[in-house]
Amino acid sequence: MGYIGEIFVMAMTALFIQNFVLSRFLGLCPYLGVSKKIDSAFGMGMAVIFVMTLTSSITYLINRYLLANFMYLQTIAFILTIAALVQFVEMVIQKNAPALYKSLGVYLPLITTNCAVLGVAIINTKAFRSDGVTAYNFLDSTLNGFFTGLGFTVVLLAMAGIRQRLELVELPKSMKGMPIALILAGIMALAFYGFMGFKI
Amino acid sequence: MKLLSEVTKGIIKENPIFVIVLGMCPTLAVSTSVDNALGMGAAATFVLICSNMIISLIKGIVPSSIRIPIYIVVIAAFVSIVDMSMAAFLPDLHKALGLFIPLIVVNCIILGRAEAYASKNNVINSMADGLGMGLGFTLSLVIVATIREILGSGTWLKMQVMPSSYEPMLVAILAPGAFITLGFLMALMNMMKEKK
Repeated sequence: MGYIGEIFVMAMTALFIQNFVLSRFLGLCPYLGVSKKIDSAFGMGMAVIFVMTLTSSITYLINRYLLANFMYLQTIAFILTIAALVQFVEMVIQKNAPALYKSLGVYLPLITTNCAVLGVAIINTKAFRSDGVTAYNFLDSTLNGFFTGLGFTVVLLAMAGIRQRLELVELPKSMKGMPIALILAGIMALAFYGFMGFKI
Repeated sequence: MKLLSEVTKGIIKENPIFVIVLGMCPTLAVSTSVDNALGMGAAATFVLICSNMIISLIKGIVPSSIRIPIYIVVIAAFVSIVDMSMAAFLPDLHKALGLFIPLIVVNCIILGRAEAYASKNNVINSMADGLGMGLGFTLSLVIVATIREILGSGTWLKMQVMPSSYEPMLVAILAPGAFITLGFLMALMNMMKEKK
């Protein structure tokens, strides 16, 4: 299988087979918190894709070249990188793209504590290509970050779409809000289990 | 007396999972069995108490504009301690919890308590708050895990509780079961609140 095939496998895995939100339980806080409207879900998704791609490439370099002898510092180094990166991205966007800042602005600080971002950074350091031997290189890690962000966005948008319609449905009072959102997520996760059987 | 109420408020009135709805990722991910839930709860409680203590001690010195990164570093240091000790002394549990040990760093409960409580209160109260929140978190995890383990594998803390003819509902220990269990539990909590 060529490299294109490898990328395809990576994309399918991140989007459907092992979706971060629905099968690995990462990034649930924004998934449940920011999925009330499609607009804000879209903004959050874009911000996550952006930060995840950048984080994956930078943490790869840090892990490879700075932490080789200090593996016990991995957690601290990664979370600091993410926090600094989010702050930096926020400042750059605010300065150079005010329109983009307006739409992403509120979501950026929230991303620091999105466990999916730290999760993808840690998973990248332990991940292997489909042959099971080759560890991820720089490009693999970056792409994996991008696809994972994309997978998050797809699920977030789907959830927001359903929840927007759910507003109009008559529900028992105790089921409104979080409980029905969780049950909905469960049904979506069940649907995504159908992809588990895929062998690429 | 006041100290005691600091501890108990985290368990019921301000329960981090059912009432404040923080820290969902570990709740859903590690509640497949009761012993995982207890391990995760203990780890998070330890980090909560220690980080609350340190943050309460340094609250006067930290400039408010960079407080969040500093809190995160404090939390990350304790999480690394837990991670390494668990790998050394409880390798099986460490393997079962896996990625979710380092991810305690981004558990919103811990940063949330640091920001909302420890940065404003004295050391003893902050530690009591950490203990209470930690116990509340553990309790909720154990409740979710109890339902999932009994339905999904017919056991509780690895002891057989269902009759041997019981066919385990596999879905309960898979991802969908986690969401649905928590959803119904929250609905139940809402219903009880309305009745009052």
